[in-house]
Amino acid sequence: MTARTPLLSVTDLKVHFKLASDSAWPWAAPRVLKAVDGISFDIFPGETLGIVGESGCGKSTLARAVLNLIPANAGSIIWQGQEMRGASADVWQGLRKSVQMIFQDPLASLDPRMTIGQIIAEPLHTHLPALPQAEVMKKVRAMMTKVGLTEQQINRYPHEFSGGQCQRIGIARALVLEPKLVICDEPVSALDVSIQAQIINLLMDLQAQMGLALVFIAHDLAVVRHISQRVMVMYLGRSMELAGKQAIYQSPRHPYTQALLSAIPTPDPRRERHKTQQLLQGELPSPMNPPSGCIFRTRCPIATTACAEQRPELRALNADTEVACDFV
Amino acid sequence: MALLEVSNLSVQFETPDGTVTAVNGLSFELERGQTVGIVGESGSGKSQTVLAMMGLLASNGHASGQALFDGQDLLSLSPKALNSIRGNRVAMIFQDPMTSLNPYLTVERQMTEVLELHKGMTRAQARVRAVQALDAVKIPEAARRLGMYPHEFSGGMRQRVMIAMALLCEPDVLIADEPTTALDVTVQAQIIALLRELQREHGTAIVMITHDLGVVAGLCDQVMVLYGGRVMEQGSAESIFYQPTHPYTVGLLGALPRIEQDGTTLLAIPGAPPNMAHLPPGCPFSERCTWAEPRCGSERPALTAVPQQAGVLRACHRSPNQIALLAEGKTP
Repeated sequence: MTARTPLLSVTDLKVHFKLASDSAWPWAAPRVLKAVDGISFDIFPGETLGIVGESGCGKSTLARAVLNLIPANAGSIIWQGQEMRGASADVWQGLRKSVQMIFQDPLASLDPRMTIGQIIAEPLHTHLPALPQAEVMKKVRAMMTKVGLTEQQINRYPHEFSGGQCQRIGIARALVLEPKLVICDEPVSALDVSIQAQIINLLMDLQAQMGLALVFIAHDLAVVRHISQRVMVMYLGRSMELAGKQAIYQSPRHPYTQALLSAIPTPDPRRERHKTQQLLQGELPSPMNPPSGCIFRTRCPIATTACAEQRPELRALNADTEVACDFV
Repeated sequence: MALLEVSNLSVQFETPDGTVTAVNGLSFELERGQTVGIVGESGSGKSQTVLAMMGLLASNGHASGQALFDGQDLLSLSPKALNSIRGNRVAMIFQDPMTSLNPYLTVERQMTEVLELHKGMTRAQARVRAVQALDAVKIPEAARRLGMYPHEFSGGMRQRVMIAMALLCEPDVLIADEPTTALDVTVQAQIIALLRELQREHGTAIVMITHDLGVVAGLCDQVMVLYGGRVMEQGSAESIFYQPTHPYTVGLLGALPRIEQDGTTLLAIPGAPPNMAHLPPGCPFSERCTWAEPRCGSERPALTAVPQQAGVLRACHRSPNQIALLAEGKTP
């Protein structure tokens, strides 16, 4: 790998939420929910990093923390060489011109009282207030065509569109500023299969055209495989494995990644009926009271007593695989 | 005679915009120990099909046709007769366990109620049976958790409670409406393994409603593919997955990203799901079908048997051979 400089470099990021104490004792220690607990990753220009994990593993919190929508408690977020943590609101505002987000629920993320034209123009008005109105509308129209909407739809309201079209509007709004990085938080999980394929193809086309880097958060591992070059697997706020796509899907190393992959049903009856499944036992532990040592040990098929004592850190196995387990 | 025989089932809703037909002329048979999968996108009529069979349609809905369960037509039974079958011999698992369990009652009260009503058990007997049922779906410390309220369970555990409740009376038919859609994949795998095990032990017949073709592949013997309230193709799981003969089935399978291979471009189905109030007079899928002919929009194709594939029914003007060639990118 060449010594490229990462666009975004996140190191040991932590987001801890303080919760009200459940004890009647006023001096009791406050309860802390560690939603994101020491996550590190780099994103290089033009690449896609997939982030997968089950509900409650901290994927969305991580995405929001990277954009300072939820302030992080510790760690660093370095955008093109500049440390963003602790930066002023103005500096963050500048960053958001280059880093945009696409949300999961397409309809809920659009203001129902704004027309499509106003929605897509809003980022331009916010970040480029000097841009003349004619120029703004030109950009909006061009963007609408790019994402597969027609120019005649510019004065309609979000409720007049289907879920897939709303997601196209969300994509147009995110891309109209020509950002360098787009964080997609479960952008296709609310859509039907046939529409999901349209949106994935659109995202991949636009990425190639505009040279975007994507952080693609999803719980569907097949979708992530399709779109990503590298994949990070999260479990209870920690990173379990971070590896190239080929490595993670063909030879997953972490027991959690293996279990996750074997749990996915494939649309192939013969294969599906004869596969040996590695079922995980039990339930996700409470994030309020996570297990000591390795966070996955309570459900891990290869856990030993040593796992309870020391928390394994991500370590490099080879050029493109990092895994947080000492026994693989 | 099959355990469940549905013929020509239709569901209509009276709405301010006129009558909307959500399900149109659906027929299938289900034998003991078998699983039929009903697949389709949102709005295709999957859920309304089973809600009609269970007598649970909204007040503006009306079902016609026949749904014979063990010789009795579920659609024309009196509410009293239906109540003696529902929850007892035909049980249902709903998609969202949080909204389908009663938040005010403990799991114990909700489970024992079923047994007291259908089996005439006393509360103490019912309680013992409820603990067994929770044990059977592998809920740890069943006796202690019986006294808990639904909100005290996690999503996967709540779905297990739903399954345990549905299986209390050892039903002949279990209707599962997207039972794993709200769950994570690892939990989904646990629930599906559980359903398979229960089916093996009790010989329960399952009607599985899902949009996830992976779940269908793992569980179902027969598959029905719905679009716009009509059956596009139905047949054995093997034939639907390996030799699809309908453009919509071909499209659905092509649109799916596969975990076992890297794709370049997914074969998306163009357009958007249909407006059920304004379906074209011909094939409902014709507007989105890349291989549609002029007559497809005006003339409705009948559901007919495929001579080469036993047991497969399809509704398409083009022949299976033409579709096979078109799917490979050739011109027939």
